[in-house]
Amino acid sequence: RTVEPLEYYRRFLKENCRPDGRELGEFRTTTVNIGKCLCSITTADGSALVKLGNTTVICGVKAELAAPAVDSANKGYIVPNVELPSLCAERFRSGPPGEEAQAASQFIADVIENSQMIVKEDLCIANGKLAWVLYCDIICLDYDGNLLDASVFALLAALKNVQLPLVTINEETGLSEVNLKQKNPLVIRKHPIATSFAIFDDTLLIVDPTAEEEDLATGTVTIVTDEEGRLCSVHKPGGSPLTGAKLQDCITRAITRHKEVKKLIDKVIKSITPK
Amino acid sequence: GVLERSREQLLRQTCEAVVLGVLHPRTAISLVLQVLSDAGSLLSCCLNAACMALLDAGLPLTALFCGVTCALQPDGTILLDPTARQEQEARAILTFAIASSEKKVLLATTKGSCSVEEMQQCLAAAQRATDTIFQFYRDSVRRRYSKC
Repeated sequence: RTVEPLEYYRRFLKENCRPDGRELGEFRTTTVNIGKCLCSITTADGSALVKLGNTTVICGVKAELAAPAVDSANKGYIVPNVELPSLCAERFRSGPPGEEAQAASQFIADVIENSQMIVKEDLCIANGKLAWVLYCDIICLDYDGNLLDASVFALLAALKNVQLPLVTINEETGLSEVNLKQKNPLVIRKHPIATSFAIFDDTLLIVDPTAEEEDLATGTVTIVTDEEGRLCSVHKPGGSPLTGAKLQDCITRAITRHKEVKKLIDKVIKSITPK
Repeated sequence: GVLERSREQLLRQTCEAVVLGVLHPRTAISLVLQVLSDAGSLLSCCLNAACMALLDAGLPLTALFCGVTCALQPDGTILLDPTARQEQEARAILTFAIASSEKKVLLATTKGSCSVEEMQQCLAAAQRATDTIFQFYRDSVRRRYSKC
């Protein structure tokens, strides 16, 4: 396994399975913890912890007030930030964010924008004067492959957990008044879920790669779908060429995965809502 | 910024897939792209420029690739190689890098959401368009080497 990792993997792939016992199309056990009781972030407005096998990602959402931009006076802001601190894997050094973290941040921003899961107009409080800014910090605690799937899932779970206080603008003083007693949940219109695949030897596609598999793979594909079966994002950053048919297979698998994940997240949210 | 890093990653991994790195060990191949003006379809322009530069450098490649951008307009029509204006009005923009061998997909990025059928249609349209682009590559290379 250490001397000839590729040969070691090939032997398993020939039997249509993987060293950790999974099938080629099987995902690792997914667990999600949402909210202040289960997830540890008590200072955030919304938080979620997602574990995809060993890959652990925590997402914290903080809402702050700001003046909207001049050219889009009725839009708030959503600022995602993915961090890969040096504690999650040996390859990440401390210091300014590396390329992988920045590309992941851009990917998450694109997913939010493409899927329209949160419409920026919903974040506006007073046109041209006040709007919400949602700072979504996604931090990887343990990197074992498939960062994008876990990050998108953690973001979705955390946003579902966010409760925004009611803000009114006092006409006389012109100042904003935050009513912390009255909280409304965030309006989430779409639920995008990401599914990642690794391409081996230009032909084989395996789902949910671990860090070892990602290193040996010749390419990766990430498909983000929403509940209507629409594609929010097809992210194939280079790597071995794929035919259109193979891409279609990935999309079908992604749609099935969406249903599984949606069921999981609904179950978890139901279990934490106070009855 | 973050957008540039993301684009760099896309371009780097696309080039890594076609360049035969094993023939040049202990060598760094650095590709520098400078945007002079952006009038739409920027990423596919970068991909085409990168491929032609690799060709011009004489690096061994497994296949040529070309970038094609498709814009899905609100009424459902597919527009190839959109201008900045058309990109803004479009419902979704899909960029593909397609290799010359068997027209396989090397790179795919989407902006905006679309249905699966629409994506397949855009991909098919992009694959058809690659013939024109590869012909352009051939003509340019021929022109360059016929002068000297």
